[in-house]
Amino acid sequence: MNKENRNIIITGAFIAIAAVTLVVLGNPTNMGFCIACFIRDITGSLKLHSVEKLQYARPEIFAIILGAFLVAKKNGEFKTTGGSSPIIRFILGFFIMVGALVFLGCPLRMMLRLGAGDGKALFALIGFIGGIYIGSKFLGEGFSLGRSYKIEKTGGYGFVLIIIFLTILSALGLIGNLEKATYAPFVASFAFAIIVGVLAQRTRFCMVGGYRDIFLFKDFKLFYGSLSLFIVTIIGTIITGRFNFSITLDNAIWYFLSMGLVGFAAALAGGCPLRQLILSGEGNTDSMITIIGMIFGAAMAHNFNMASSPTTVNTNGKIAVIVGFIVITTIALVITKSKKEELKKLGL
Amino acid sequence: METKTLDARGQSCPIPVVLTKKALDKKPNELNVIVDNAAAKENVTRFAKAMKYNVEIKENSEEEIILNLKK
Repeated sequence: MNKENRNIIITGAFIAIAAVTLVVLGNPTNMGFCIACFIRDITGSLKLHSVEKLQYARPEIFAIILGAFLVAKKNGEFKTTGGSSPIIRFILGFFIMVGALVFLGCPLRMMLRLGAGDGKALFALIGFIGGIYIGSKFLGEGFSLGRSYKIEKTGGYGFVLIIIFLTILSALGLIGNLEKATYAPFVASFAFAIIVGVLAQRTRFCMVGGYRDIFLFKDFKLFYGSLSLFIVTIIGTIITGRFNFSITLDNAIWYFLSMGLVGFAAALAGGCPLRQLILSGEGNTDSMITIIGMIFGAAMAHNFNMASSPTTVNTNGKIAVIVGFIVITTIALVITKSKKEELKKLGL
Repeated sequence: METKTLDARGQSCPIPVVLTKKALDKKPNELNVIVDNAAAKENVTRFAKAMKYNVEIKENSEEEIILNLKK
């Protein structure tokens, strides 16, 4: 096995181990390691939405970004860049979060739920792959959010300082609803996640890229990462006695569509929520805007009753998913058309 | 014939690989791809090798990594 494949398999396996262990240590069941849920809880800890049990400044997010920052800095890959369609990225981030909260999980958690035997996640996975397939078609046709430029480095370092500040607030328990939220000890969350940040930066681990690269280039490298994550999760949940197979058709169409929206939007945005965190740690201000779009999406999803509960999908959530598809498709069509003309001029 | 050069600087993945693929679809004997980040360098290299091209990497600066793809 070549080194790149070996490393991505290790990364997927480590994320699964981190997720299973953090659930045992106190993180909500099956949520172990969910980027969308964690960002939503941070949004709550900042009082941008008012669901009390979803207000906790999850150190996992901060640690992933800091881990990626440290290793990028060490290898000379830290570079403040920006200017690649920030507002489009904000909108993509918004709908990635809304879609994830209708299903209740980011791509990582979807695989973790599936690995724990939750059959509902199967419909979501099919939708997710379908969404990436559509996004990949547009990418193959020439869709691009445009080039970025090296910009003033204050932006990149400023973001890291904000993350350090939030980490301190979280460690001291100064923000968040510590009575109502469920979470693993700060040190455990931080330690596991900083390693995830380092590994994911080195390997470019991405749940969306896994399928996208197969569709576009028949390249399986990133896919091996999600496969290993899935397999190790099944083993881990069986060992810890949390594997529980169930499947129902209730709301299946909405889980299919909501994760389809996530796959579609994330393919256009250049990566899954985890990948956006990693890129932001490398100084990519466009990914920071995507994350801010996700925070805004999380706040709106809860303030306007779009987010699902474990048993019901709300009408507002269904409407939001349909609106999301209309918006993202429009963006994809318009940009692809203008990029195709640019490519023609280049003789491609 | 002059070797074609593809400027993929500032593009984040998968765009540099998509552009490389479009250029290689025309089956040139040689192609230069300029990128400016490590992920693009690795991904274009991996793709070119899968397409049976030899890749020579010249890192001029942080802003300019030239990948020379040759049959």
